[in-house]
Amino acid sequence: MNSLHLVLNKLFDKRALPLIGPLLLFALWQLAISAQWVKPVLLPPPGETLQHLWGTFASGSIYGDLYATVYRTVCSFGIAVVIGVPLGVVLGSSEAAYRSVEFLIDFFRSTPSSALIPLFLLIFGITDVNKIAIASFGAMLIVLFNSAYGVMNAKKTRVMAAQIMGVSKWHVFKDVLLMESLAQTFVGLRSAISMALVIVIVAEMFIGSETGLGHRIIDAQQVFNVKEMYTSILVTGALGYLLNLLFLLAEKKLIHWSGKA
Amino acid sequence: MKTSDAPAVMEPQAPDTLLTLRAAPATHVTIRGLCKSFAGQPLYNNFNLDLPRGRIVSIFGPNGCGKSTLMNMVAGLVKPDSGEILFDGKSLKDTNIGYVFQNYRDALFPWITAWDNIAYPLRRKGMKEAQVRERVDELITLFEIRFDLQRYPYELSGGQMQTVCIMRSLAPRPEVMFLDEPFSALDFEMTLFIRSKLQDAQMATGVTMVIVSHDLEDAVFLADRILLLTRRPTRIAEIVPFDLPRPRAPEAVSDPEFVRVKAHTLEVFRREMSA
Repeated sequence: MNSLHLVLNKLFDKRALPLIGPLLLFALWQLAISAQWVKPVLLPPPGETLQHLWGTFASGSIYGDLYATVYRTVCSFGIAVVIGVPLGVVLGSSEAAYRSVEFLIDFFRSTPSSALIPLFLLIFGITDVNKIAIASFGAMLIVLFNSAYGVMNAKKTRVMAAQIMGVSKWHVFKDVLLMESLAQTFVGLRSAISMALVIVIVAEMFIGSETGLGHRIIDAQQVFNVKEMYTSILVTGALGYLLNLLFLLAEKKLIHWSGKA
Repeated sequence: MKTSDAPAVMEPQAPDTLLTLRAAPATHVTIRGLCKSFAGQPLYNNFNLDLPRGRIVSIFGPNGCGKSTLMNMVAGLVKPDSGEILFDGKSLKDTNIGYVFQNYRDALFPWITAWDNIAYPLRRKGMKEAQVRERVDELITLFEIRFDLQRYPYELSGGQMQTVCIMRSLAPRPEVMFLDEPFSALDFEMTLFIRSKLQDAQMATGVTMVIVSHDLEDAVFLADRILLLTRRPTRIAEIVPFDLPRPRAPEAVSDPEFVRVKAHTLEVFRREMSA
């Protein structure tokens, strides 16, 4: 264990360590093909897939779908934040109010949003609005729940400290409760953007769609274009990863006290 | 400091008020007819107390006697069932108070710097930025601060954080300052430091201070009066005066007068514990 540690330290710059996992995956992928464990018709070689990936970006053929997915995800997330954060903060500042709707929130949070697709189809039909509506619904519950808990779990001492100074109720709310809730709210935002992406992809796959990465994946699968399918899966994964990373970095920058106080 | 825990003379059952029981001379805070029960168990019943102006009163007593509850009722953090608490005849909402919590980490606002924490109550009172700076600088001089106040609270040591808490509560020039076990989370070195800083601050500002402490030495060291409480239902066991001149150096703990007062306080405390 220790010698492995040493070897790794010698071979790689510390910052290169995160690359090892993906490289191992590609190696395993190549091995599975070279050893003929998997038929090439089901799994194209990694090199060719990456080449295809490069091609789709170079030719620009993927941009339309990528844009559609990002647009839907960002819209859904935006709606979720605009409704979820204020509602969560308001519910969180009144324990009675939160308790009275807690069951509903927890129930729908535990229901996979994809199970609600037929319901949303009935209401919104096979439209873009439908995809955004269901994704924002799923994401909104996460945002709301986290913001509410952020406020409810605000340190009592901090609230008392502000009250003792004689500041107004509004300022106690704005300067303390709201600030206290931010760390938890950001956790909610990060989960919510991932959830929004998941639901958008599922919706693109199964609610009649002409665009989007989900549509691209399912289309490629239908015509057995596996290279195209894996490429789209990789792009979707990278998109999810980047969104998560973006929020992690923003959180570190904006909520510098998170986990320290 | 004049006190009485006997009911008023003319109506044995009626709780006292400032009209039935006058304040002693040089009193700042009057507590009359204070009642508080928890789960049906009376903690305070018709409790009367005068806190002298510009003095430090330490509250000391057995576990569960409600030392902190008493202070928190005066500070408005805990609502009494009944009774009146007046600051120079004014109610709490017309009075500027300061409060230092035991848990400094949870009391400071981690999203703003230590400096901004100290300035926060001033800014919220609508003070001009130039005056805010002046007041904070004054406190920095008074406390001889040598660490960087532009850092965030979580970047400071425990003692530094508690110092910032004390500076923040002193910033708006409170009439009365409450300290809830301010040393219990600090190491000995920091306790010595903050004890002497508190004494300096009190001498410089003349603020009335109330300190709850579970450490007898801390309770006696800073105090002009040591308020000893009984087990619940809580009454005043004794108010011990301690008039050793200030400033008291750390060596004061071996002064014969200190030793005598501490021994006496301990004796009363043990008597009350076994009562």
